[in-house]
Amino acid sequence: MGLKRNVGLMEALRYQGKGPMLTYILHRIGGLSIVIFVGLHILAGYLANHAWGANLGIFINSIYENWLFQVFIFFFALFHAINGLRIVILDLWPKLIEYQREAIWLEWFVFLPIYGIALFVIVRSGLGG
Amino acid sequence: MKTKQRPAPLGGFNFDYIMWLFTRLSALAMYLIVIVALTGALLMSARQNMSIADLMRWAFMPNPNHVASTNIPDIEVWKTIFWQVMAILMLFFAGAHGLHGLLNVVEDYISSRRIRMSLRALVLVIWVAISLIGITVIVTS
Repeated sequence: MGLKRNVGLMEALRYQGKGPMLTYILHRIGGLSIVIFVGLHILAGYLANHAWGANLGIFINSIYENWLFQVFIFFFALFHAINGLRIVILDLWPKLIEYQREAIWLEWFVFLPIYGIALFVIVRSGLGG
Repeated sequence: MKTKQRPAPLGGFNFDYIMWLFTRLSALAMYLIVIVALTGALLMSARQNMSIADLMRWAFMPNPNHVASTNIPDIEVWKTIFWQVMAILMLFFAGAHGLHGLLNVVEDYISSRRIRMSLRALVLVIWVAISLIGITVIVTS
């Protein structure tokens, strides 16, 4: 049996998956962001220890120290962690899948205050206060 | 957009299932390591000497480089074998979890078998390389 996946881009964008689809997309974008961020950061940590690559290493790390980048990466890292915990709980206790939508609401209730406080601190120190 | 048909994955105890389980268990392991690092930092005088941002940086990866710019007076206790083992475990779980995720993205969006196979190999190479580089950074810092 074949697995059919011939869905065009416009058709995919019209798909109204709502809450669960949004978490799926954010989880995927977040996962990719973290892989790129952490990979380059490890590389930068290595380069910064060597005279031949110190400039490049410091340049890469300076991107991460920029508050605009932190606003972006913290959103995705925190969302990926909290959404990941929801996925783990629902997958390891499959009976709970019945409450998936409630779990997603709960997830946003946990995410928003933590991210809100972090956003406030990052932006305040980013604007020099 | 036209894509080729592909056989559905098989059920049962195979590589895909093991990695599915690993992805979930490694997530729990990373939560555990973060809690251990956070508790350890608070026991090692982080409360008086570190900002919340520095504390989080340490919790995500317990590497002494992440403490270098704080007011911690004695960095020696942050450089022990225990923290190096924790850091290497974090690197292993995060690296395998993240690059297996990358592999999932490749499997989802690349329909050409040849490109998919090359990208699988590339992901494996990146994983081995980044693990070796990461271990070098951890043991030399």
